[in-house]
Amino acid sequence: MDMKVSKKLGLKERYTMMTRDLAWDTTFQPMDKVFPQVGYEGIKIHDWNAWEDPFRLTMDAYWKYQAEKERKLYAILDAFNQNNGHLSVTDARYINVLKLFLGSTPPLELMAARGFSMVARQMVGAGPRVACMMQSVDEYRHFQTQIHSISNYNRFYNGLDEFAHQQSRMWYLSDGKSFFDDAITAGPFEFMVAIGFAFEYVLTNILFVPFISGAAYNGDMAAMTVGFSAQSDEARHMTLGLECIKFMLEQDPDNLPIVQRWIDKWTWRGTRKLASVGMMMDYMLPKRIMSFKEAWEIYFEQNGTALFTDLARYGVKVPKCFDQTIEEKEHITHQSWIGFYMKPDATPFHTWMPQPEELDWLSEKYPNTFDTYYRPVYEHWIAQEKAGKRFNNKTQPMNCQVCVSTIKFNEPGDPMEMCFRETVYKGEKFHFCSDHCREIFEDEPEKYVQTFISSHAALQGKCEPEGTDVNAHDYRPGARMHAYWRMDKRASGDFNGSEDQKNFAKWRAQATQN
Amino acid sequence: MSMDLRTITIEPLRQTFGHLARRMGADKPASRYMEGTMDLQPVENYHYRPTWDPSHDIFDPARTRITMRDWYALKDPRQFYYGAWTLARGRMQETATADFDLAEEMGLAAGYPGAGKVVVNQVLLPLRHVAWGSNINNSYIAAYSYGIAISQAAAYACMDQLGIAQFITRLAISLDEIDALAEAKQAWLAAPTWQGLRHYIEDQMVMDDWFELFVAQNFALEGLLFPLIYDKLTDRLNAAHGPVLTLLTRFQREWYAENVKWVDAVLKAAAADNPANKALLAEWVRAARQRSIEVLAPVAELGFGAEGAAVLDEVVQQLDARAAKAGIPL
Repeated sequence: MDMKVSKKLGLKERYTMMTRDLAWDTTFQPMDKVFPQVGYEGIKIHDWNAWEDPFRLTMDAYWKYQAEKERKLYAILDAFNQNNGHLSVTDARYINVLKLFLGSTPPLELMAARGFSMVARQMVGAGPRVACMMQSVDEYRHFQTQIHSISNYNRFYNGLDEFAHQQSRMWYLSDGKSFFDDAITAGPFEFMVAIGFAFEYVLTNILFVPFISGAAYNGDMAAMTVGFSAQSDEARHMTLGLECIKFMLEQDPDNLPIVQRWIDKWTWRGTRKLASVGMMMDYMLPKRIMSFKEAWEIYFEQNGTALFTDLARYGVKVPKCFDQTIEEKEHITHQSWIGFYMKPDATPFHTWMPQPEELDWLSEKYPNTFDTYYRPVYEHWIAQEKAGKRFNNKTQPMNCQVCVSTIKFNEPGDPMEMCFRETVYKGEKFHFCSDHCREIFEDEPEKYVQTFISSHAALQGKCEPEGTDVNAHDYRPGARMHAYWRMDKRASGDFNGSEDQKNFAKWRAQATQN
Repeated sequence: MSMDLRTITIEPLRQTFGHLARRMGADKPASRYMEGTMDLQPVENYHYRPTWDPSHDIFDPARTRITMRDWYALKDPRQFYYGAWTLARGRMQETATADFDLAEEMGLAAGYPGAGKVVVNQVLLPLRHVAWGSNINNSYIAAYSYGIAISQAAAYACMDQLGIAQFITRLAISLDEIDALAEAKQAWLAAPTWQGLRHYIEDQMVMDDWFELFVAQNFALEGLLFPLIYDKLTDRLNAAHGPVLTLLTRFQREWYAENVKWVDAVLKAAAADNPANKALLAEWVRAARQRSIEVLAPVAELGFGAEGAAVLDEVVQQLDARAAKAGIPL
């Protein structure tokens, strides 16, 4: 708050003059026509003025702080790029983290930007409207700074060049896409629980730790600076998400069961989304920060328990999936890496087998599961690779109708059994990765029958490059997936032997030799 | 981790992202504006229909009657991605804040002549609600328009309008006229002078077509209101009471001069795309221009007395010239 005032206005009063005092109740047009979306989800709001502003930032102060941050950030990016900073990362495997990140994260930040614009338009109260529109432009900041920080890597490494084209086409990006499409097609209050609360508040640290600390540990000043620079924005976003939950719960007791269902749903959806993030921590960062399991214990179990203890006074219970995620933290990153490793032709980033000391690190971090269930798989594949038979699964996966993950996670309580669930709706059978996803479907089947699953759609001839004749006599569905994805062959396959690996080694040698 | 790297020159594998190379017709470096804007909004394979609007996709070109071969032709001549926008606004607020500080320290604001304050209280202060209306309307465009070129610029305009509403509020505080804010709000809600304008803004709030709203709000209404107030009225007040008000409305004036470049570029690109657009824009501009003139007439009279109509006519000429320059026949 930078507005300097000599008069007798207190901070809160002054901020009120600067924001909600600007608003009025419309009379020439009915309020429910001006704000048509706030009623249909069943959330009851009696007094929008009871909203407590989670932060008090007038625009002059906002511009001042944000401009300072942008100035510093772009100065560091420019310096990093000019000095070939990409050659200072630990090893070229790290760049595959950026490939996965660029495909999965900036497009979702963009969806958050648009989603918060929508909520900012729809909320009746000026308090939440201002906070949401500020978050909307922050999200523009985040997707743009992320793209700008990775842009220079794209000039030197493969697999980053078609992220914009691939965001809606690449199979493994559809879990994130379905997550945000689901949130943005829900009403404004559910969006706030999904993105503002479950994602930004409950789960955001799990996303931030691997990217920011991972970047810092692995010598990527560009990504690290972007991440740290975003954190003060994130702090605001977290308080907004929490305030929104409290506001709904304080307004009417009837809101509790609706909010609880959303918390259950979105915590689970977020957990599924984070499986691939955890995989980066355990497998893709050459220099590791902590295991996914440790991160989950700190940021989800401990912090989450504290949060839900705090929310218990409103009657909110811990998310229904809480116990299952604790069991799964021992498994999902290994299952995810196995899932990606076996599809070397189908990702624009490289995969590889862990090195011996990395296998030992995994054994140490996952004493309950790694040596029993996963090390034998890797040792088998390492032997196969040495024999010139790198494993390559060329079949189409089966995907969950709700979270769109490939169905690969284990049956609760039985790590040797894959978990499948199904349900029949209007005569058609639908498949799920878990009980939680099936329950989400059964709550809103008309929504989830629409899910776009590329492995299924490809077989229906719906994933073809422009100009393909699906009625031609020699048409084979899915045969031209690489053209549909615009995937550079050099970007796929095992890391060992890749162009990235060779170029990095050559350039690094040039830059470090005396 | 730090590593000593010698300066070496490496031949890059490519200069830019594939979608930008295709757009530019060559693999060459792209600006940060392009990297942060072009072709980024999803256009296909949506998972679900909006529960709040099942007749459309999440992003749907059919939310306006305007059609475009390329929605990214609606680009921003200021090349505002977030960083460029916030740096520009950071500089503007720094100057504006320094002006407020100076006017307050020197006692220029509190000492502003009473006759001038009356006009400010009556004419300028209700405009913070007009800015709030523009904020709501631009958030609609930011939310439901098609393509990141237009959506991000509207999101920034939305925040700009909040800033303008806050600078007007600060004007009242600087002039030691806090109570006048409540009176101005009362006038906004009930005084006959303002009801036409309020009615129009509330009608805009329920407009369905985001591009029509863009024309009504950002081109017609603001295109008359800002010159009327921040050019004509401040000139008149300066002549009578000294130039303090120019200091205290600097942000709005600078902002408007810059914002019209964006608004006009968007209209020009849409009109140039096809004749149906041009006809539709002409229809919208005519209607919005007429309604804006009607609802601003009492405001002009409040500010300029008997000369109000003539002054309003001058700014209408400016608007007509802008429409002509954008290729929109009236």
